[in-house]
Amino acid sequence: MAVQVRDGKPVVIVDNAKVTYRVYASGKAVNENDSTSRVKRQGNLRTVEAVKGVSMIAYEGDVIGVIGTNGSGKTSLMKAISGLTPLDGGKVFATSRPSFLGVGAAMLKELSGEKNIILGGLAMGFSRNEIRQKLDQIVEFSGLKDFIELPMRTYSAGMTERLKFSIAASREHDILIIDEALAVGDSKFRKRSEARMKELAKNAGCVFLVSHSLKSILDTCNRAIWLDNGELKMDGGAYEVCKAYADEVGADLDD
Amino acid sequence: MSKLSDLAGQHGLERVGKRPKFGRYLKDVVARGAFALTLAQYRLLVTSARSRLGVAWLIVVPALQITLYGLIFGFILGDTRPDNFLPYLVVGVVLFQFLAGSFSDGARSITSNASLAKSLSFPRVLLPLSAMVAQWIKFAALMVLALIALPLLGEMPRWSWLMIIPVIGLASLFALGIGMIAARLTVHFNDLSTLIPFITRIAFYASGVFFSVEKLTAALPALSFLTWANPVSVYLSLARDVMISGHPAPDYLWLVGAGWGVVTLLVGFFFFWSAEERYGRAG
Repeated sequence: MAVQVRDGKPVVIVDNAKVTYRVYASGKAVNENDSTSRVKRQGNLRTVEAVKGVSMIAYEGDVIGVIGTNGSGKTSLMKAISGLTPLDGGKVFATSRPSFLGVGAAMLKELSGEKNIILGGLAMGFSRNEIRQKLDQIVEFSGLKDFIELPMRTYSAGMTERLKFSIAASREHDILIIDEALAVGDSKFRKRSEARMKELAKNAGCVFLVSHSLKSILDTCNRAIWLDNGELKMDGGAYEVCKAYADEVGADLDD
Repeated sequence: MSKLSDLAGQHGLERVGKRPKFGRYLKDVVARGAFALTLAQYRLLVTSARSRLGVAWLIVVPALQITLYGLIFGFILGDTRPDNFLPYLVVGVVLFQFLAGSFSDGARSITSNASLAKSLSFPRVLLPLSAMVAQWIKFAALMVLALIALPLLGEMPRWSWLMIIPVIGLASLFALGIGMIAARLTVHFNDLSTLIPFITRIAFYASGVFFSVEKLTAALPALSFLTWANPVSVYLSLARDVMISGHPAPDYLWLVGAGWGVVTLLVGFFFFWSAEERYGRAG
């Protein structure tokens, strides 16, 4: 679909971005000659076209919801925008390097939560002193005070994600990509992280929010994009896009 | 150039993930040095926390190795073994451990930290650098072993022992360069990680850890290039020159050692840096 150009200052420009994964796997496909499949076979080599040429412009002040079914290329596109995954075609431009608050990747599981906070902070560019000062605040925010000395391998999935969100959210970011973060943790933590996100979004130039919860997208975003099968299916106002998506997949706007 | 790229140009947007210029990259690396140090420290903590003896293994394993090699090679080599054999072996094993460890840990540095590399953006060269820092800490433990073993084997402490510091300095330049090259190659061909123990073995047998390269080349002058063409044996010779008696190294070896170190580091850094954009996909 054509890229919508409007007035305002572009912060992120995605120009025909393509992401392809090459994976070695054996076994037979259910349907050998399915030309519509995104998985191309070549001996044991499978090529997966995760993102098939997406173009869009994000403007200053945009809070963009990213929706689509599982495996539609949302996370791949976001990782490509943040520069963590190299592109196989096309280009991504931005005013500054986007920060990806992903909850998928793990840190050093054998280390305590506290040490992971320090390491994560240093990797994000804090100095030793800065991260020491922020440590209590981050622990407080995560609500994991009792477990902070235990190795992260003993944490539940929810606890791990809470900690990672807390680390990442301790810094201001110009361009912020949040992947599923709102689905993290219990309702108390969700409220706290939603509030923090809005605060970050206010100071940030632009926010991308990947979520399966249409309600949280309608609550936070002014705009939404819908990815389907690695392609951009719709780009527009948050309500329009969510409505069209809900109608097609039979979802509920209150979910 | 497409329309969108033009628009990006008009508004001064930069391509994301573009490898920073060399100078800028170096600056970023220095600015996040604390991250490399802390990662090295924490990784060692993790490995030692898993076992009862913990950090002591860093000394126990090489001590066992030296004993074993001493018995086996001392017996097999008979009269052809180098003079002052046990101290010769101690210095050889300690230095070799340092170089081999830098190579294998450097090779794994990107793939074993893939989760960090996938979720955070930082100059990737910090990962092999951090592997190097961990090797320095391990080397300190090895030096403790050497400082205990050498006097027991009849080598009394002397001032020239301090010269091991510049030897390790030069060896580190080489080790870091090799580590960076191996790190990038392992990302391209993961199969390399299977070959690494084998490559290390070859280096072990080819570098005079337990035999004398000088004796070998004296017997076979055609092989005399081995004294300077194999950087591992160059650093071993220099270390023995300053640590033990009876094995002086010619002065030009210092220059050879410095040359190998500087060239390998420059080549390694450049080789690693030129694939900077690719590492997010490792593992």
